[in-house]
Amino acid sequence: MSLAFDDYGRPYIILRDQGQKKRMKGLEAYKSNILAAKAVANTLSSSLGPKGMDKMLVSPDGDVSVTNDGATIVEKMEIQHPTAKLLVELSQSQDAEIGDGTTGVVVLAGKLLEQALTLLDKGIHPLKISDGFDRACDVAIKHLETISEEIDIQANEHEALIQAACTALGSKVVSKRKRELGKIAVTAVLDVADLARRDVNLDLIKIQTKTGGSVEDTRLISGILIDKDMSHPQMPKEVNDARICLLTCPFEPPKPKTKHNINISSAEDYKKLYQQEQQYFVDMVKLVKASGANIALCQWGFDDEANHLLLQNELPAVRWVSGTDVELIAMATGARIIPRFQEITPEKLGKAGCVKEVQFGTSNERMLVIENCQCTKAVTILIRGGSQMIVDEAKRSIHDAICVIRNLIKDNRIVYGGGSAELACAIQVLQYADEVSSVEQYAIRSFADALEGIPCCLADNCGLNPITSVAQAKSRQLKENNPRIGIDCMELGTTDMKEQRIYETLSSKKQQIQLATQVVKMILKIDDVIAPDDY
Amino acid sequence: MDIVGNVLPQVLKDEATEDKGEMARLQSFVGAIAVADLVKTTLGPKGMDKILKPTGPGQEMTHITVTNDGATILKSMYVENPAAKILIEISKTQDEEVGDGTTTVAVLAGELLREGEKLIQKRIHPQHVIAGWRIARDVALKRLRDISTENDINSQEFHDDLVKIARTTLSSKLITTDRDYFADLCVKAVLRLKGSSNLDYIQIIKLPGGTIRDSYLDDGFILKKQITIGCKRRIENAKILVANTAMDYDKIKIYGTKVKVNSMDKVAEIEAAEKEKMKHKVDKILKYQPTVFVNRQLIYNYPEQLLADSGITVIEHADFEGMERVAAATGAEILSTFDAPERSQQVLGHCDLIEEIMIGEEKMIKFTGCKKNEACTIVLRGASTHILDEVDRSIHDALCVLITTVKNKRVVWGGGNSEMQMAAACEEEAKKVQGKQAFAIEAFARALRQIPTIICDNGGYDSAELIQNFKVELQKGNQTCGLNMTDGTIGNMNELGVKECLRVKEQALMAASEAAELIMRVDNIVKCAPRKRERA
Repeated sequence: MSLAFDDYGRPYIILRDQGQKKRMKGLEAYKSNILAAKAVANTLSSSLGPKGMDKMLVSPDGDVSVTNDGATIVEKMEIQHPTAKLLVELSQSQDAEIGDGTTGVVVLAGKLLEQALTLLDKGIHPLKISDGFDRACDVAIKHLETISEEIDIQANEHEALIQAACTALGSKVVSKRKRELGKIAVTAVLDVADLARRDVNLDLIKIQTKTGGSVEDTRLISGILIDKDMSHPQMPKEVNDARICLLTCPFEPPKPKTKHNINISSAEDYKKLYQQEQQYFVDMVKLVKASGANIALCQWGFDDEANHLLLQNELPAVRWVSGTDVELIAMATGARIIPRFQEITPEKLGKAGCVKEVQFGTSNERMLVIENCQCTKAVTILIRGGSQMIVDEAKRSIHDAICVIRNLIKDNRIVYGGGSAELACAIQVLQYADEVSSVEQYAIRSFADALEGIPCCLADNCGLNPITSVAQAKSRQLKENNPRIGIDCMELGTTDMKEQRIYETLSSKKQQIQLATQVVKMILKIDDVIAPDDY
Repeated sequence: MDIVGNVLPQVLKDEATEDKGEMARLQSFVGAIAVADLVKTTLGPKGMDKILKPTGPGQEMTHITVTNDGATILKSMYVENPAAKILIEISKTQDEEVGDGTTTVAVLAGELLREGEKLIQKRIHPQHVIAGWRIARDVALKRLRDISTENDINSQEFHDDLVKIARTTLSSKLITTDRDYFADLCVKAVLRLKGSSNLDYIQIIKLPGGTIRDSYLDDGFILKKQITIGCKRRIENAKILVANTAMDYDKIKIYGTKVKVNSMDKVAEIEAAEKEKMKHKVDKILKYQPTVFVNRQLIYNYPEQLLADSGITVIEHADFEGMERVAAATGAEILSTFDAPERSQQVLGHCDLIEEIMIGEEKMIKFTGCKKNEACTIVLRGASTHILDEVDRSIHDALCVLITTVKNKRVVWGGGNSEMQMAAACEEEAKKVQGKQAFAIEAFARALRQIPTIICDNGGYDSAELIQNFKVELQKGNQTCGLNMTDGTIGNMNELGVKECLRVKEQALMAASEAAELIMRVDNIVKCAPRKRERA
């Protein structure tokens, strides 16, 4: 192919390979791509579900992380294969859009590709397969919407939200404390949620980690925690009824951006300059004090002299507060960020009930807590745990839970978990397959098989016999016309997921099926892989 | 290769490895257990020490460390195995959080995994093991809290408890022979803090020479600095000004300033102005009427001379921590500007006597009779720097535990009593639990019991016999029994005065089980290709 002949029979080169490029074509390319993608999916499949296992990942620098979160696993695996990378992106886009179900989406894509491989062996054209998958996907999505239920998120002290958070946390290392952590996540989200607009700004929830203690010590602070302490060791450690002055200019003489020179040519000038310099500090502190502020938070550093003047004027101050924290504090306390000392006015101050320094452990580390802010629209979740790895994993888990709750506030429709939704869709797709008269019928049927793969995988991870339990669940779904029958992962004695209260959001499930189908379609369209040899 | 015979395409980068299932699990078990075995010989009052020798070229690399402290040993080890790294991590956290029990936590996690490995070999799924461990952990924790006792913070009993706890902590260290002396010393130091948990206020000064016995707690406060030459060496009823200000020359802080002169006269003028500026500053300082001036930054000859002329004793170059301590001890405010002499009563610190003293061969400044009595100094003496370093670490451990106890107030019996009690609680629970989890609960009990077993083994006693006797004794209802490590018998912990802080045990139990769970849940290890480094 890389060589062609023109009208006169002379050869000319289209693609300069000469052994410098690797090239795969046709069926070979399809199969190689599918196998690579499947390898990734296989790695993840044992992480699915409440009894899923974790992966230990060693970074190029030797740092260890242990996680159960699909998106994190594939990201840290440093995958090289181009097609396998597509799955990495798949997992990440699910993470960005929904925040949960990142493992499920990859496993589903893996199952679909597995089915595609057998169809290819039967000699069905890849485009026909992807067409069939597409149609089946539409049917599945429609069915998902019909079986979904609306839940009342307010009822019974947000019980439904807590249950959904528990479902998300159930598969993580923190699952033992899922109820406590679930509650924390729900409270955090509800604190910052705009229920009228059904919107949640996740930036308002700050997740701060601190090793030490154990996961049980994780708590919600209705305020902001910043990893800083007072600029002068003798400043008061607690300010009640705080009026906060939020500055983005340093307590230092000004540094104009334009290049300039001040030339001193006589002793008088020198003295004058000195006086002026001293005056700067006095003025700065005076301006802050005059506005009625009783604590100053500054994004920049302080000069020693300014620092002492602040102390002398009984004005506790914090320096080097990070930019994101400044914004968060501004939102929470209603403060305006003040870029110049001249612009400080009493109206621009933020208000909070209490600002205090707290200390952890014996290592003398301090943090600052801002509590009871004027507009309590920011909260902090302080995660504790025995080691850095646990704390990191807990952070990822809580992030997942928060995302689930946010999605429920946006769209309060749910489907039931435990593989029940997938099974119900599979049954529906299978029925639809028989109505299709063209080649796609086979692809559609395979799609149904792939969907069944999810409950299969769940059952497998839980130590149940996958084929028996899926077959049982399927027949009960058909017999009782109950789409809520799934796999009893926790061995609670019932397969009705409504009784087990395993909630998943409709948006997450929909997104999973759609994204997985899209990626599979994309992989099926590749029939030629050209890569430089040393790649 | 799959069934069709296609070669599986390479998904990960070159040199990256992926281990699955049994292989992965085996790797983590081996690594974690190896680390636990390494530190386990240091456990208990008869534990042995380790020499840590850094590798690599360079002068400082020949400096060796002799230690018994788990966290120090683990911190300085370089390990490749990811599971081993997790153990090191929890030991570090234990050190930061409570300061003691750093060996225990690593050993307990290692023993849990050793038991876990046996269960896996019996074909019990890791998730079942974890489920069992979780039940066991809760039961153990509940028992631990139940057996702990609490005394009123001001009572004599509490004070006695503190001494006992300090003794227990110190008994496994190098200074075990002098533990009574040091226990008393540590308790006194901690009680001076009056409930505050800021360890900064207890300064530890290490000076080679003399014997360990020569160490002492100084009521006053010692600053490891010298009084500038030409000043008085002894000041009674001192008024102290603590400052953090430039006393060399004042930099001009306005950006972009340049001094440009066109004649030599002008240079002289500017120099004079500079001098005058400094004199002005000194004058301002003098208005406060201090008798002693302590500055963090260095002081040039000129201002020093001015101050000395006015009869003020000058101490320069006090480091930041030292300065904070001086301020805390004498009740002074740290000044950087000197425009408010009317506040002099508020900002000046007071103490009855400042004098230069000699410890060993070094001159130090001692502040006695300070206004606020919080800060204090422990002076450690010893035959070599290695010994001093180890004593320092031991004292640090003891201080941490004491501070934690003062905060938490609850204590348990030592000598393996708490572990045995927890193990007993787990075994009782195992009888009630249905399903495979029960095996894991029993395993948890065995792992807990390993701690006193190792302590016995390290002491050279017949652990099997002792632990069995211990069990029986507990069964009889003797709540205060424990290992008597001097005689190798089961003794009464109340009589022997062996107590431990509840918080330390609690944290060790939680951290170890969390870490073991974390490692147990792993079924796949992916190692990325190591980052290529330039050879130095």
